[in-house]
Amino acid sequence: MADLFIGDDLADDIEIAAVAAAVGATNTVVHAGERLVYGGTQRRRDHRHLLLPALHALQNAKGWISPGGLNHVCTLLQVPPAEAYGVATFYEMFRLDEPDYGPGVSHVTHVCVDAACQIAGSRELIAELEASGAQVHRSPCLGQCERPPAQFHQGIGRPDLVPADFAAGGAGLGGSPTEKIPQQGDPSLRLLRNVGVVDPTSLEAYRANGGYQALDRAIAMGADAVCSAVAGSGLSGRGGAAFPTGIKWRAVAAEQGRPKHVVANCDESEPGTFKDRVVMENDPFAVIESLTLAGFATGAENGWIYIRGEYPLATARLQNAVNQAQDAGLLGSNAAGSGQRFDIEIRRGAGAYICGEETALFASLEGFRGEPRSKPPFPTTHGLFSEPTAINNPETLINTLDIVLYGAEQYRRRGTERSPGTKLLCVSGRVTKPGVYEVEFGVSLGEVLALAGPLTGSGRLAAVLMGGAAGSFVGPDALDLPLTLEDTRERGTTLGSGVIMAFTDEIDMTAVALRIAEFFRNESCGQCVPCRVGTVRQHETMLQLQTAGGLGAKRRKLIEDISQVMVDASICGLGHTAASAINSAFDLGLLPGGRNDDN
Amino acid sequence: MTITEVSVSLTINGRAVSVPQGTSLLAACESIGIETPTLCWAENLTPVNVCRVCVVEVEGSRALVPSCARAAEENMVVHTESPRVRHSRKMVLEFLGSSTDLSQASDLAVWMRHYQADPNRYGQTDVPAERIVEEPKVQDDLYVRDYDKCVLCYKCVEACGDDAQHTYAIAVSGRGFNSRISTEFDTVLPDSACVYCGNCIGVCPTGAIQFKTEFDMRAVGDWRPESQDVTTTVCSFCGVGCNLELHTQDNKIVKVTSPADHSVTHGHLCIKGRFGWQYVQPPTVSPRD
Repeated sequence: MADLFIGDDLADDIEIAAVAAAVGATNTVVHAGERLVYGGTQRRRDHRHLLLPALHALQNAKGWISPGGLNHVCTLLQVPPAEAYGVATFYEMFRLDEPDYGPGVSHVTHVCVDAACQIAGSRELIAELEASGAQVHRSPCLGQCERPPAQFHQGIGRPDLVPADFAAGGAGLGGSPTEKIPQQGDPSLRLLRNVGVVDPTSLEAYRANGGYQALDRAIAMGADAVCSAVAGSGLSGRGGAAFPTGIKWRAVAAEQGRPKHVVANCDESEPGTFKDRVVMENDPFAVIESLTLAGFATGAENGWIYIRGEYPLATARLQNAVNQAQDAGLLGSNAAGSGQRFDIEIRRGAGAYICGEETALFASLEGFRGEPRSKPPFPTTHGLFSEPTAINNPETLINTLDIVLYGAEQYRRRGTERSPGTKLLCVSGRVTKPGVYEVEFGVSLGEVLALAGPLTGSGRLAAVLMGGAAGSFVGPDALDLPLTLEDTRERGTTLGSGVIMAFTDEIDMTAVALRIAEFFRNESCGQCVPCRVGTVRQHETMLQLQTAGGLGAKRRKLIEDISQVMVDASICGLGHTAASAINSAFDLGLLPGGRNDDN
Repeated sequence: MTITEVSVSLTINGRAVSVPQGTSLLAACESIGIETPTLCWAENLTPVNVCRVCVVEVEGSRALVPSCARAAEENMVVHTESPRVRHSRKMVLEFLGSSTDLSQASDLAVWMRHYQADPNRYGQTDVPAERIVEEPKVQDDLYVRDYDKCVLCYKCVEACGDDAQHTYAIAVSGRGFNSRISTEFDTVLPDSACVYCGNCIGVCPTGAIQFKTEFDMRAVGDWRPESQDVTTTVCSFCGVGCNLELHTQDNKIVKVTSPADHSVTHGHLCIKGRFGWQYVQPPTVSPRD
């Protein structure tokens, strides 16, 4: 096979069949003769984005990726084996060493050890599962913080699943709406209006409840008017960075002459965040409709959904929605009668927090290591495959449906002047009714906590983690804080991805902070020095804090120095925010105080 | 159509500078005599801007920017000596010094002193600072990979791949602090795609990849750069005309490089130019043994 060197190990029939089922239908086999007319790096590039699906297939077939299996995929997709190995070893869900599971093991149980689950007994659950002989993998946040401690079963020779989906009677695709959210039935809900009400597996049901009216309206208005409405609404990205969506869409719409993309960033991995999962599982057609709308508005013909690997139910329901939309002509060569082609492909991530960073997501989707790229250039000109790309998460996308249907002015009636609209909040921790809540921007933190009911346990509120591990802690004195972009910024905290996690004074906050430090150490991609080494040194210093019961002047200075270089010199947001929650915990006095020695 | 060179004007440390459009901030600094530490940057490779030791402060930009990869823009105001810049450069050097063996990275030692970096302030007896600990990979008679000296600058990967050789024998594997430069499944080099061009050696800034000759001579304390001569010649193997720099010690060739600014090689060679000097001085042990 021409110029790639592939080793001698061969794949077995199971691996070959699994890979064929995952990527075989796309004519990826390269015949040596073709190289004469069409070969080299262009050929590679055309198929490389199938690397992640192929690796998933290998992992699922055998419980690991064997040298023979990797060689087979490399031959098929024309990827250098060293690079494919580099990609495979990047992800939490892939194993490259042969496991010794013994016969009959059908899955590995991932148990979340991040904050919400950590304080809800994940350690005890792990001990229990291990005692029963289960294969346990300690996992970062699984995005099920409202039902801790969370589990995810990574299948071997059978599909992945989340046990809690079965408990709720919603296995596989689920026949009927299963999710019960705390605000169920509240007529003021906009983003969550279909959740638990409309059958998430039926296009017919979605349409009967007003689905696809927004897309029809958008097509009638024209792309330019849609961009104007979105810009006029003041909608900003709901993933944490709060970039104005209208500006992003307009920039992509203005690009001409190259293929364009819209990407739904469904790699929700920020510890404490699960809102997009609830939306995708229970209102998948809204995600598909709004992504199609984004494609129409920006003139992009290619839609992509990159969803984290630990969300099997959401993946199945989105795929089902895509299939039904395709059959109904809402996707395809003349999507919904728009006169424009629009197709959607779904890609599963494989366990890497960093892939929620937009440029890392592009790299991962293209079949490279999920390492962030330097900005500028920005995704609107150099995004997926270095082509113009608008990337938004599901919450941001579904906001555009109401904006198009009812106009920017109507949309701005909710929320505040500078933070218009409603916001999904992921409330978890020591509250009676954890879950996703939709509130208008401007309600106070205390009001949101009140919605979620009294605190559980006998302790008093000690702190609230805002915005996840990349966010910051606030104290009980912040209950009056209005939840808007501007007010949180002014108080030195963040709404981030909408995490509101409550901690009481019974909780060992040193252990919580230590785990946050460990999270960033494990999730740093390793590309830039400030983050790769900084997160390790930060974690080590926190370990010293735990052993010594406090930090002397020298160590406090170290924590500050490490924090500053990560903020100033890291490539991406992971490094920029890796010290934020820990710094806030120190500032609030949640951690053991300073000692009077030098160390 | 005429092509006119557009220039941009900016301010660096309070001094007005004018450079051609597309010039990096690193080059702009150099044009007015400001020296900048670099590690992952090389003139013959695409900037990956991962080491962050060359960061500068650009007014209006929240984070510091890598001067190697960022182009100068009209009216930019740049600072290279601000407290934030000095702090970041110092910390990057400390981080590398505290986790890797920099004993053969002589350029970095100068900058460590300049920024008063103290790699020893990390870790305590109860929780020592984790270091990269790897055994040297000696898998053939041509070169050695000693990854506890590796700072993950990506240069060797670029030289092996898109920027020079297009062989793709090595890539970054793993994640975070556990990232390593590796072949697939850590296969030994003779069984990998490696073609022994040695371009990875040519670009390595820390001695993590080096000639077997150098490795062996260092092991017995006989590596003496100060008593080495460099003779420039043209490779005699084919007609391309690659410049070779023969490094000799005690009148014996100990390694071969090529100038990065040479129009034919851009610093890169093939196995013959890089390692094929045995016809001048037969080795005591044949590579085939």
